[in-house]
Amino acid sequence: MKLKPIEEALKSRILILDGAMGTMIQQHKLEEADYRGQRFADWHMDIKGNNDLLVLTQPEIISDIHEQYLAAGADILETNTFNATSIAMADYDMQALVYEINLEATRLARQACDKYSTPERPRYVAGVLGPTNRTASISPDVNDPGKRNVTFDELVAAYEEATQALMEGGADIILIETIFDTLNAKAAAFAVENVFEKREQRLPVMISGTITDASGRTLSGQTTEAFYYSLRHIKPLSFGLNCALGPDLLRQYVQELSDVCECAVSAHPNAGLPNEFGEYDMDGEEMAVHIREWADAGMLNIVGGCCGTTPQHIRVLADAVAGKAPRTAPKLPVRLRLSGLEPFVQ
Amino acid sequence: MTQQASANFINVGERTNVTGSARFKRLILEGDYETALDVARQQVENGAQVIDINMDEAMLDSEAAMVRFLNLIASEPDISRVPVMIDSSKWSVIEAGLKCVQGKAIVNSISLKEGEEQFLHQAKLIKRYGAATVVMAFDETGQADTEARKFEICQRSYKLLTEKIGFAPEDIIFDPNIFAVATGIEEHNNYAVDFINATRRIRQHLPHAHISGGLSNVSFSFRGNEPVREAMHSVFLYYAIKAGMDMAIVNAGQLAVYDDIPKELREAVEDVILNRHPDATDRLLELAPKYKGDGKEVEKETQEWRSWPVNKRLEHALVKGITDFIEEDTEAARQQAEKPLHVIEGPLMDGMNVVGDLFGEGKMFLPQVVKSARVMKRAVAYLQPYIEKEKSAGSSNGKILLATVKGDVHDIGKNIVGVVLQCNNFEVIDLGVMVPCEKILQTAREQQADMIGLSGLITPSLDEMVHVAKEMQRQGFELPLLIGGATTSKAHTAVKIEQNYHGPVVYVPNASRAVGVCQKLISATGRADFAAELSLEYAKVREQHARKKPRTKPVSLEQARANDVKLDFSDYQPKSPNQPGVQEVTADIATLRRYIDWTPFFLTWSLAGKYPRIFDDEVVGEEAKTLFADANTMLDRFAQSGEIQAKGVVGIFPANRVGDDIEIYADESRSQVLSRACHLRQQTEKADFPNYCLSDFIASKDSGIADYTGAFAVTGGIGEDELADAYKAAGDDYNAIMVKAVADRLAEAFAEYLHEKVRKEIWGYAADENLDNDELIREKYQGIRPAPGYAACPEHTEKQKIWDLLDVERRIGMQLTSSYAMWPGASVSGWYFAHPQSKYFAVAQIQADQLADYAQRKGWDTQTAEKWLAPNLS
Repeated sequence: MKLKPIEEALKSRILILDGAMGTMIQQHKLEEADYRGQRFADWHMDIKGNNDLLVLTQPEIISDIHEQYLAAGADILETNTFNATSIAMADYDMQALVYEINLEATRLARQACDKYSTPERPRYVAGVLGPTNRTASISPDVNDPGKRNVTFDELVAAYEEATQALMEGGADIILIETIFDTLNAKAAAFAVENVFEKREQRLPVMISGTITDASGRTLSGQTTEAFYYSLRHIKPLSFGLNCALGPDLLRQYVQELSDVCECAVSAHPNAGLPNEFGEYDMDGEEMAVHIREWADAGMLNIVGGCCGTTPQHIRVLADAVAGKAPRTAPKLPVRLRLSGLEPFVQ
Repeated sequence: MTQQASANFINVGERTNVTGSARFKRLILEGDYETALDVARQQVENGAQVIDINMDEAMLDSEAAMVRFLNLIASEPDISRVPVMIDSSKWSVIEAGLKCVQGKAIVNSISLKEGEEQFLHQAKLIKRYGAATVVMAFDETGQADTEARKFEICQRSYKLLTEKIGFAPEDIIFDPNIFAVATGIEEHNNYAVDFINATRRIRQHLPHAHISGGLSNVSFSFRGNEPVREAMHSVFLYYAIKAGMDMAIVNAGQLAVYDDIPKELREAVEDVILNRHPDATDRLLELAPKYKGDGKEVEKETQEWRSWPVNKRLEHALVKGITDFIEEDTEAARQQAEKPLHVIEGPLMDGMNVVGDLFGEGKMFLPQVVKSARVMKRAVAYLQPYIEKEKSAGSSNGKILLATVKGDVHDIGKNIVGVVLQCNNFEVIDLGVMVPCEKILQTAREQQADMIGLSGLITPSLDEMVHVAKEMQRQGFELPLLIGGATTSKAHTAVKIEQNYHGPVVYVPNASRAVGVCQKLISATGRADFAAELSLEYAKVREQHARKKPRTKPVSLEQARANDVKLDFSDYQPKSPNQPGVQEVTADIATLRRYIDWTPFFLTWSLAGKYPRIFDDEVVGEEAKTLFADANTMLDRFAQSGEIQAKGVVGIFPANRVGDDIEIYADESRSQVLSRACHLRQQTEKADFPNYCLSDFIASKDSGIADYTGAFAVTGGIGEDELADAYKAAGDDYNAIMVKAVADRLAEAFAEYLHEKVRKEIWGYAADENLDNDELIREKYQGIRPAPGYAACPEHTEKQKIWDLLDVERRIGMQLTSSYAMWPGASVSGWYFAHPQSKYFAVAQIQADQLADYAQRKGWDTQTAEKWLAPNLS
């Protein structure tokens, strides 16, 4: 089925992104052997916690989670590929599986979406490029601030491989998310452009960064607006924020983005801040109170959930924004918009 | 008017340019990057809104210098808050620079000099890297000097960029070339006017494009006369800005205010810039000496804090992360203080508290606080000798190892704790961030730390801390474990960590608590009381949280046993060993080195990458080669000298499974039980798999099948401690670590070598196997050799059975510690299973019924069983 382009859908309503994958996987209490399945029964390292691998070893669990989110009202599914880059997979010595994982993850999401899509209500697959576990602009060594444990080129190579597979698997969108170091994301954007060029096919790109704490900055130190200027060049479909904070603390940064962002604005906050056990307490209803207000304030085009959210949350959020008008982007004067850690406009 | 204040004008700092600043060039060539950073910082403080960075110098590896400097700037928030201009005539340097900046930068520059194709190729990449660019008015025939040529080239460039590749016009900054005027050559007299007029036309006809230029060129003839140069810059800008110039590369600290220029000088300068008189140059030359001065008064404002009282100065330096005067100020504070330690406890800690508060309020952010910690460290390092001198005994309070756990990059809290502890006379070993558990524990062992402090900020770090605690338990640690960091809590420590580790575990809510806690833990008398007090407190916390349900779907031991492995003997006949009984084995270094798996060796040194591919790694390749060469030199030496020796012992025995145990017999009569190996069974619900237990891989006694098992213990480290200690005593930490790293590899290689020998000769169940080392490393062979203490047989005391069976200690000198750790460290021991269905697995969590059953089989009371099985008891 040929889907109605997402650009069109965005004009008429606020679209719903799915919720947390990790939280849902945790509910299955999977053990080492479950992660291994038969295929990796003899793998030479522990692989428990390698959630992305589950698309190969427990595909029915992932498909089921996808379908639960679609049933709850998600318009956009995120592929289970947050760590599926050769850089992050090195933790499990599974670099060689990266292409396959991305391909399979996209197929699972594709199948689920195809099952739920109707001409009036298409569902889209967002192929996820995660941040990796390394930072290109932060030193791993306090005593040598100039040191780096990953280079731009290494990131580009890793992201190209993942993007190829996401596109091959049938993603409708590329989603670069949970960006805590903008340089990593710039490498991802660079890689995505390279792949688009190679395949002679473009997909809409969604960008979503992470404001880590009360400083209002990304981990690598940029303000929201500076972060936007760093990645605006790829002309994204949407620009947004996710993770780290709940909707209460995230609001001001989404607002800041909404004021400057020339494309759609997305947000997928956590279900509050983690409690002392690292668990998330905020329920869907409480989140919805915030999200409804954001929608009324005209700040939103796409909304979903990050850590701690479940289909229950998504269902309530979808209800909360149903029928509400999507945000319209501001028309900004044409200026040279540069950034360091802070924005600079001429 | 003041140019700095002009809303429509960007000052680009020019001092961080080796071609324009002799001082900066000297600093970079000397490798004094810290001072070079100060140059950048001063520019920003003086109002530069963008800083130009140029490393084009023949004596430099420009690419490396650009990368180094940009990476350093990234850690200096008061510099990196502004965008950078990556300035080079070499494209490779520009591209290397673009790969280091997270912000949106400006490239300086590209041009049509080498033709359209290259111009567009570079512009396309710049767009993809997300930068704006300066475009020089330069084409295939040369640099534009006249107004017409300047405009023509800029217009052509603009069309190519915007029409051919969709480059955003607002991201184009033209540099129509500022050339020197007043050179005495008549053709040069109109250069400034040409620039200004071209600027006007560009702004009119090429919408949204910007105009920039290197200002200092214009006054080149007046080198050495700063006031006149400043006046020329100021006047030039005054008119160029009116025409539409909106950016210039200037010395941000040295721009004269147009209105402040003495009238006489200003008029003379205007005549030159605007080419108003044929003799304008001569008149300015005549006037110039009158205004010659040193041009210095700029740093006044920024240096004002230097006049503040010393405590305030220290606070300022800490908050701003300035190291320039820290030793001087620390010395001043020391002279005022009664004791050097008071400087730390007083003004320095006060300053750090201000930093802490600002951070808490979101007014400072991570990189700034890290910088503050560096200043603090510098101050403490300065005071250290004075504090040493005052100390009577000269010994430290104790040694604490600090690390931010694997997967986490946050370490401010940890650094502050480290500083505070150092100030209180603790020796701190800081392993930095993203430290794998094994490295923490290995270092704690090697360095004999008195306690371990773990830090982490993100939530997954909580699990990693639990993991470290469990590993500490598994590996038989006794050290106190301190837990700190933003997401940690007393409850989590009590419920998830403390129960997994039998040593004292303390949650430390903040740095100020750390000292008290550490002092109690280090005191021989206080520790037991404190630990008991903590246990009680945590037990209470646990009670409060007892409402939690179990996390996994357990099955009963009975159910798990019903789902055991059904061994298939249709294709496999257990082979009776070629050489039954126990024998000692030796292997020379020359043989063993062929079996070495080098990848973990590099990991030991924190170089990630697979051997031998790691040698081609751009980042660590060279270092890996050096390490590899050093290791092999050491191996060559050991092969000659025998300083390090490898020894082992192995035995293959008749054996049969009885329940979850394996009976090991003295001979084929199978009447005398030599030993009874106890194994644990997986106890979580399995849909498609058996609930594995190692005993499953041996034929059961009542099957009537005569089966066998084997055991081994090998070491590659006879002599390693002595040798490593000798190196350490000589201050050679590198070789001390190398000895152990090499010995570890030898032990693992020995285990691999012996396993092969067992398969092919001693036991002989796979006599015709033929595998290369790579296949061996990938465990392509039949059978397994699980090691007690690891996943498939996690309970450590079972090693004792191997020791008894093989008489390990008497035969080859390897020992077990009270925690069943093997000595020497570079040792491996384990069991052999030959059945083709044998496989590695993890026992993971077991339940109370198996705990009781296992205790009964081992003849333990429940408490002892819980102690040794803790890692598997959730």
